[in-house]
Amino acid sequence: MMERVVDPLTQKRSLWRQQSETIAFIVMVTALVVAPFITYPLFVMQALCFALFACAFNLLIGYVGLLSFGHALYFGWASYLAAHAAKVWGLTPELAILTGTAVAAALGIVAGALAIRRQGIYFAMITLALAQMGYFMALRLKFTGGEDGIQSVPRGYLFGLIDLRNETTMYVVVLALFLAGFFLIHRIIHSPFGEVLKAIRENETRAISLGYKTDRYKLLAFVLSASLAGLAGSTKAILLSIASLTDVNWPMSGEVVLMSLVGGLGTIFGPVVGSFIILAMQYKLAFLGEWVLVIQGVIFVACVLLFRRGIVGEIAHRLRIRL
Amino acid sequence: MFTIFGVPSGALFGQLLIGLINGSFYALLSLGLAVIFGMLNIINFTHGAQYMLGALAAYLLLQFAGIGYWPSLVIAPLVVGALGIVIERCFLQWLYKLDHLYGLLLTFGIALIIEGVGRHYLGTAGLPYTLPDSLQGGHNLGFMYLPNYRAWVIAASLTICLGTWLLIERTRIGAYLRAATENPTLVRAFGINVPRLITLTYGFGVALAAFAGVMAAPIYNVSPNMGSELIIVVFAVVVIGGMGSILGAIVTGFALGVIEGLTKVFFPEASNTVIFVIMAIVLLVRPAGLFGRRT
Repeated sequence: MMERVVDPLTQKRSLWRQQSETIAFIVMVTALVVAPFITYPLFVMQALCFALFACAFNLLIGYVGLLSFGHALYFGWASYLAAHAAKVWGLTPELAILTGTAVAAALGIVAGALAIRRQGIYFAMITLALAQMGYFMALRLKFTGGEDGIQSVPRGYLFGLIDLRNETTMYVVVLALFLAGFFLIHRIIHSPFGEVLKAIRENETRAISLGYKTDRYKLLAFVLSASLAGLAGSTKAILLSIASLTDVNWPMSGEVVLMSLVGGLGTIFGPVVGSFIILAMQYKLAFLGEWVLVIQGVIFVACVLLFRRGIVGEIAHRLRIRL
Repeated sequence: MFTIFGVPSGALFGQLLIGLINGSFYALLSLGLAVIFGMLNIINFTHGAQYMLGALAAYLLLQFAGIGYWPSLVIAPLVVGALGIVIERCFLQWLYKLDHLYGLLLTFGIALIIEGVGRHYLGTAGLPYTLPDSLQGGHNLGFMYLPNYRAWVIAASLTICLGTWLLIERTRIGAYLRAATENPTLVRAFGINVPRLITLTYGFGVALAAFAGVMAAPIYNVSPNMGSELIIVVFAVVVIGGMGSILGAIVTGFALGVIEGLTKVFFPEASNTVIFVIMAIVLLVRPAGLFGRRT
């Protein structure tokens, strides 16, 4: 579904292409190291969680061509489990985050196996419906706390030693987790496995005729994406000490689509840029109340009609580089 | 009063009735989605918002113009359908050559806009819509009490659904429609204005949603969220039925409403999720949907 960002000309300039990603990566890391000194660290940390979430979502839409409209399921349920593990079971934060991620992976296996049985538009509807089912279960089950969610989750001590109540320490941890996830996605995309995913995106029938069991590739990509979304959700639960219905409801699934769309579907850096922009917008415009929803809708419409490459995609297209 | 499987018959028939009512809305909405998808190849995410707009239009007509239920049943679908035509002309028509997913994203954005504006002006509480006098009251059928309005909703929904089916399968305009769905280029070569047909189809599908909205107004309150909650369930209904068949959409809609109602009697904890569970089972057993064709 994506328009190709790279045109054949750039094939010859692979050195410059390689460098463009490295340069962008260095710029991003520098910006993220400097950011907490310029703006609120808590905002940057929250944006980093959403950035990882959007990157995970983008792995599916951008590189396999699968639009999941239910990624809140993995994000939200992982955050519930991480919060529960840290608060009730008293696990250390890294184990709580791992618990959340594992649950997201398990949900990803189930939902993915069901959803990949249909293509295109149906895939989106199935993922949305399954996520809504997860929402209703979160609403009913006791341990999620219903409307209240799980509140005052302790940040705890990393490995039982390092106090995470310190904002600087927390920032380092969140940044490290984000970069680990980001790097993993980068590795996936550039691996032989990732090449097959892109082949499926371009022409699934041909990939099948070349002997690839595309269902297995799609399922693995789905589970990886769900797990990384879970990592983002768990981290957010520990960071903000709360897991709530907002994280698991359908508008959250829409938000992550919007973040990736604004930044640029199928670009590595796009979702990061998009999530910072959307989150900043929500903070700055919070006083507008329900109009924020309207503005988000307008951005959706504008992006689809006029600006399908997104911000990073547009830059990459103009400069004929890959980002 | 007698019992069936340990459940008082009144409760059972009551839930069955509620199930049929919900099924009426599922059928009307999934029918509209199927008609639109057939022509435009777009899943209309705005469908829920347009259903809400139908209910809202009926409410506003009553409050500010004193126009009652019966005229609203005609006026609201026309107004909302016209709005749909504007949306198609302004936005959707630019997407037909692109991937289907862009249509979903665009209509999702429009749904957010409509819902956001609705929430700003109405809040989320919900506004009551008074029943027309002619449909107040009800009949005692011996085994249950049947309110007149509920009977009317089921009858009207069935009539509209079957009428739509007849329109598409048995009339000339329906034949054009089916032909244009199969091969638009060839149909254009016969001198039929396919783009206009597409526009009208969208308007018709949207009008169906608005009609469902007007009928829903006296049962549920009129609230900005009423559509988004429903549309996701309707998506599951569409996945179960498959969008290949008009009759399939209608049957699936009613059947799932009834199943949901029965679940409320025998296993209330699962009543919210039963449709999604059925969707999962259908995907395992018959991935193309009950009435779908394998693509």
